[in-house]
Amino acid sequence: MIRIDSVDFAYPAAEFRLRVPAFHVAPGEKVAVIGPSGSGKTTLLNLVAGILVPQQGRVDCAGVAVSALSDRERRDFRISTIGFVFQDFELLDYLHVLDNILHPYRITGALRLTGQVRARAAELARQMGIGDKLRRRVDHLSQGEKQRVAICRALLPSPRIVLADEATGNLDPRNKGHILELLFGSVAAHDATLLAVTHDHELLPHFDRVVDFGDFRSAA
Amino acid sequence: MTSSFYIAWRYLTFNKVRTATLIACVTLIAVVPLALEVLLAESERQLLSRAESTPLLLGARGSALDLVMNGLYFDDEVPELVSMAAVNAVEDSGLAMPIPLYVRFHARRLPIVGTTLDYFDFRGLAIARGRQLALLGEAVIGAGVADRLDITAGDTLLSSPETVFDLAGVYPLKMRVVGVLARSHTPDDLAVFVDVKTAWVVQGLVHGHQDLTRPKDPTVVIDRTEANVVASAKLVEYTEITAENVDSFHFHGDPDQYPLSAVIVVPEDDKSGTILRGRYLEGERLYQLVVPGTVIDGLLANIFRIKNVLDAVILVVGIATVLALTLVFALSVRLRQREIRTVFRIGGSRLTVARLVGAEIAIVLAASAILCAVVTLAVYQYSGDLVRALFVR
Repeated sequence: MIRIDSVDFAYPAAEFRLRVPAFHVAPGEKVAVIGPSGSGKTTLLNLVAGILVPQQGRVDCAGVAVSALSDRERRDFRISTIGFVFQDFELLDYLHVLDNILHPYRITGALRLTGQVRARAAELARQMGIGDKLRRRVDHLSQGEKQRVAICRALLPSPRIVLADEATGNLDPRNKGHILELLFGSVAAHDATLLAVTHDHELLPHFDRVVDFGDFRSAA
Repeated sequence: MTSSFYIAWRYLTFNKVRTATLIACVTLIAVVPLALEVLLAESERQLLSRAESTPLLLGARGSALDLVMNGLYFDDEVPELVSMAAVNAVEDSGLAMPIPLYVRFHARRLPIVGTTLDYFDFRGLAIARGRQLALLGEAVIGAGVADRLDITAGDTLLSSPETVFDLAGVYPLKMRVVGVLARSHTPDDLAVFVDVKTAWVVQGLVHGHQDLTRPKDPTVVIDRTEANVVASAKLVEYTEITAENVDSFHFHGDPDQYPLSAVIVVPEDDKSGTILRGRYLEGERLYQLVVPGTVIDGLLANIFRIKNVLDAVILVVGIATVLALTLVFALSVRLRQREIRTVFRIGGSRLTVARLVGAEIAIVLAASAILCAVVTLAVYQYSGDLVRALFVR
């Protein structure tokens, strides 16, 4: 499902450089990526999502050579295939919870916003425990609640690949298990693949495979 | 596209103060020239219609504009005065009907217009309540005066002293309001009409006091000759004209020399008007006979020259505002980098961001346009009253 070969990526004017000789995730597999801060875990997710493009090497996702696509093609691919739970949520303060969940549907023509989608968004929010906060502005929510909104937004289009960057990092231990259960449940229900970055070693037993990413990092 | 407007609307309502400021800026820069245009058009219409309905105006030589503004619009600037002899001269010519005007005094800041009953016929002014002027000391007020001062037929109105420092000046005259004119939407609405003799009473040229031929208190008379009686300060002068004291009111001096501010001259026909105008063109004449329409045309030409300059200033300010707004939007895009990054990361493009910002601009412009239309319509609706209050009277 995800195949990375001989990828070399460096941010402009930055010393950081990520080299990934080979990295594969099978369809339906749930893979956790661990590693020290600054090891390039988030960069890896961004490469998979097509947000970043490697200077060298090849990134294939769901049978598509993402690294070879144009900007527009990568956007379309991301919308149609990827669900991304960002570490810093990437929510808009001026929209309320439901609007944030529906945001991808409002800004792209690739996703159609229908009554069914709205109903599914409300149901997803209910399952995440924020069903009573649909009309509340996100700047009035706790960090944990924001995290759940971000997860709902990522899962709503039923993506084939879910990328999660510290998806449970802001949740209290009691909710962590519940949310992770929902995330795994949703991934399994859509036969999706999960690639998750985490620092939480307690969660690792829930994943099919754990990759220590510290090995890939090297200085420029 | 609808979604872009929805998100833009959410953003704008979230940042209420910023949005309100933007809308206010755009509205102001659009509404000022529009409202000015409406007000100028209305003032032009009012000035011209009044001027064009007044064939000729006779007054002392000097500023024709002062003469017209005082004679037609009851402006506070009093032109050089003429005498009643000027009225008689026009009357004696048999070419026109003269209507004397003495617009000099005020009652509670509103002009007292001394004239004759011919004025009301000439202007087509009808009495809405009460009756027409009949006796000395009576006043008929315009509809605007009645509203503003909350008085009506049966009430009284005091004339104002010309200057509060004039201790030797005449006492204010208590005038009886006997009628209220129907609204005419002209400067007549805000005027207090009295007979021209009443205006002279206000000035003190005609006055009434206790009988000095048989004074109750002999010390009132200081000196008595065949021609004159000199009274002391004990003499009681009447400040209100009543049925009991009206007979005591009398002229001092030659009534032909009594002052007027202007004379409306209504010629019998065009030819009579031309002949009269020719007569008053002679250089040694003390009077001038002007065509108010021509004078107002000249005034309007100057006003529109000034307006052209004002338009240029507004244009420059408008350009500066548009540039400032562009800067505001450009800076706001910079400040919203995190939000824009979010849009990109969840699948939006530059076009998406452009559409969102475009929708915000469109909403701000639409709100400003609606506000501008409402204000302009309101200005248009009340332009008549506004012009009378601000410019013409």
